[in-house]
Amino acid sequence: MVDVQYDALADAPPAEVPEVELYHPKSWWTRYVFSQDAKVIAIQYSLTATAIGLVALVLSWMMRLQLGFPGTFSFIDANQYLQFITMHGMIMVIYLLTALFLGGFGNYLIPLMVGARDMVFPYVNMLSYWVYLLAVLVLASTFFVPGGPTGAGWTLYPPQAILSGTPGQDWGIILMLASLILFIIGFTMGGLNYVVTVLQARTRGMTLMRMPLTVWGIFTATIMALLAFPALFVASVMMLFDRVLGTSFFMPALVEMGQQMKYGGGSPILFQHLFWFFGHPEVYIVALPAFGIVSDLISTHARKNIFGYRMMVWAIVAIGALSFIVWAHHMYVSGMHPKFGFFFATTTLIIAIPTAIKVYNWVLTLWRGDIHLTVPMLFALGFIITFVNGGLTGLFLGNVVVDVPLSDTMFVVAHFHMVMGVAPIMVVLGAIYHWYPKMTGRMLNDALGKFHFWVTFLGAYLIFFPMHYIGLLGVPRRYHDIGEAAFIPSSTHTLNAFISIMALIVGFAQMVFLFNLVWSYFKGRPSGGNPWRATTLEWQTPETPPGHGNWGKELPVVYRWAYDYSVPGAAQDFIPQNQPRAKPALQGAAP
Amino acid sequence: MIVAIILLLVAVGSVLFHIYSPWWWTPIATNWRYIDDTINITFWITGVVFFAVIAFMAYCVFRFHHKEGRQAAYNPENKKLEWWLSIGTAVGVGAMLAPGLFVWHQFVTVPADATEIEVMGQQWSWNFRLPGKDGRMGTTDVRFVSAENPLGLNPDDQHGQDDVVIASDDLHLPVGKPVKVLLRSLDVLHDFYVPEFRAKMDMVPGMVTYFWMTPIRTGTFDVLCAELCGSAHSQMRAKVIVDEERDYQAWLEKQKTFAELSGQSAVMKATYKSGGK
Repeated sequence: MVDVQYDALADAPPAEVPEVELYHPKSWWTRYVFSQDAKVIAIQYSLTATAIGLVALVLSWMMRLQLGFPGTFSFIDANQYLQFITMHGMIMVIYLLTALFLGGFGNYLIPLMVGARDMVFPYVNMLSYWVYLLAVLVLASTFFVPGGPTGAGWTLYPPQAILSGTPGQDWGIILMLASLILFIIGFTMGGLNYVVTVLQARTRGMTLMRMPLTVWGIFTATIMALLAFPALFVASVMMLFDRVLGTSFFMPALVEMGQQMKYGGGSPILFQHLFWFFGHPEVYIVALPAFGIVSDLISTHARKNIFGYRMMVWAIVAIGALSFIVWAHHMYVSGMHPKFGFFFATTTLIIAIPTAIKVYNWVLTLWRGDIHLTVPMLFALGFIITFVNGGLTGLFLGNVVVDVPLSDTMFVVAHFHMVMGVAPIMVVLGAIYHWYPKMTGRMLNDALGKFHFWVTFLGAYLIFFPMHYIGLLGVPRRYHDIGEAAFIPSSTHTLNAFISIMALIVGFAQMVFLFNLVWSYFKGRPSGGNPWRATTLEWQTPETPPGHGNWGKELPVVYRWAYDYSVPGAAQDFIPQNQPRAKPALQGAAP
Repeated sequence: MIVAIILLLVAVGSVLFHIYSPWWWTPIATNWRYIDDTINITFWITGVVFFAVIAFMAYCVFRFHHKEGRQAAYNPENKKLEWWLSIGTAVGVGAMLAPGLFVWHQFVTVPADATEIEVMGQQWSWNFRLPGKDGRMGTTDVRFVSAENPLGLNPDDQHGQDDVVIASDDLHLPVGKPVKVLLRSLDVLHDFYVPEFRAKMDMVPGMVTYFWMTPIRTGTFDVLCAELCGSAHSQMRAKVIVDEERDYQAWLEKQKTFAELSGQSAVMKATYKSGGK
């Protein structure tokens, strides 16, 4: 074992930073509504994302009711089913997960963890939330317009997305594209903030290689999002033009229901390239913050430094870079030139190597640890299992020839739910149990938390693990009813019914969690400032919850990396990042 | 302790489910057995990794869970171990990628003796076309599509006159002969999907895509659409019947060519105009 000297930098003197000009709230409105405090904005983002996420949860119940018991529920027809899957997917991927990880956790944690008073552009940060809220409202409004929301699938592939054979062709698709455009505008305002804050507003001594992995994950994901979302932005604008102005960016000459259309010369595959140039990085935009956060949860609750910190940082950066050259693995059977398959299969499987390293380092962090099986730790363990499972099935779909029979089947649905649905949500939930005490000053109820974990983890696993086998059998995705097909045994219907019942149970377990959030806010056990005895800066604030400006008169100074847990010879099993090194140790460590 | 056991049970249960699951791929009907083999290799490699990682994790939880007086070890890095794990992972990835690319090379290399046939999708039915006696299919364009010419064949192209047109009916194929399946769509994306064939490909309006295969057993197989194409996506069905050569020829005899079909409709039109005389 090679011991690495992390604090090569000399101890920094106390910060001589003049007090930053912050816009201090003058009224209730500017404190709680039009607030420029990143922590308030974070909570606004989280509550909005949760609210629209509940809509997506209800939609998933509707879908599962239909799939588990086809024909039983007369209020779900084929068109509505397509509208449900489209809205469920779009909400979960973009309006919930992206918004929650970057707008929610990013806003709350970045300034606190790097020792800043706030984001560097607080006003733009506030605007970011309000534009996001507008995007969510436009999205939600599609449920109430004539024709309802679009049923084009969350990938919105043209020509189908804007033709009359697809539900929501009147208003649904137009508002969906408008909402995406708004979301990207709002996100860009927030994203620039996160990147500049990490690069410019770190406190004295907080070098990049001393940052907690949470910040590394959110930081890298934000840079990726700033590069990837423009592709979706232009694709949305172009499709909006095709739909509203009659241009033909994505529309070839075609005959719809016997009618010759006026379109001509466009390319449907161009849209797919633009969409997935955004869409694949998007997977990692959700995953990298989860990777970062779970690293910190595991380290803190196993009372042990994260294993291979530098490798973890480089793995995050490598995954982020590689994820921009794998997009066409979503298009192996799209009709693009088949020889592209060689390139994209190779890059896709290469990305498995840095990803695997991260998994190894998580479990090696547990090795010889002092594992406290707290609720955040349980969620972290649940994340590892679901992520390993979902990541490994990615090796099936990434390997071009294996993808051919499996693409567009339920195997794909099971895979991406496991890897970018269940796994990141495990981290979101674990992270909420972990940081709730900092946000409210009270602990979440432990018994309810454990109940919530076991039902969610085992239930979600029982939903999505067997679903792979329905896909292996050949059942296509986006079918509201499989109908008659000789290759499908009747036992498949039993399995589908089982999955649907599990989905209802897991959904109800989330209500217990919401109850816990509300109940603990008033009645939870007071937590104190650092209930988990963690090293990172956000736990060292003078007040809990931290006030506007985060720190007292002086900014904290960082003397060590974020993972000084169980340091041999130390008085306690953690040393906060802002604790100066003891004088004798300093002399002993001289070159 | 209980947590460690549950974690281990998840791993063991997953493996047992895999072994005893009654839900498995349909018996293959084409030459693409190599694809199934590659999937099996992938199952083995990923299965071992999955079990090893979860079992190791369960052991850690069992062995190192918090007890009074336990102190965690302090070891920030272990370069050697990290390198070995990376190299091992790279070898495993290579063991899946190499056969995958090898089979993909076969998949994209169409044999010279493959017969071209055409599948055309539209909302929400399937049409098929076979080359006639001249062995060549005529050109097409969506501008030619009409009720009489549902596939949009070029009426001025001589190669197209003897093409066999099968509109909204089932397709027959002879067993043991390689076919290159050309794919077209009139309106939106579709995907010609027969689970037993393993091969599939999207159909994109404005271009012609393809895949090839050799049917290896006779039978009747369901055709489904695998790319979302609107309201009736799940009801877009047809059947492919793989026949012995003799049965295939008998079926082919009964099919109409493009010339016959357009001649017929021309006659019908004339009859209608003249009031049935």
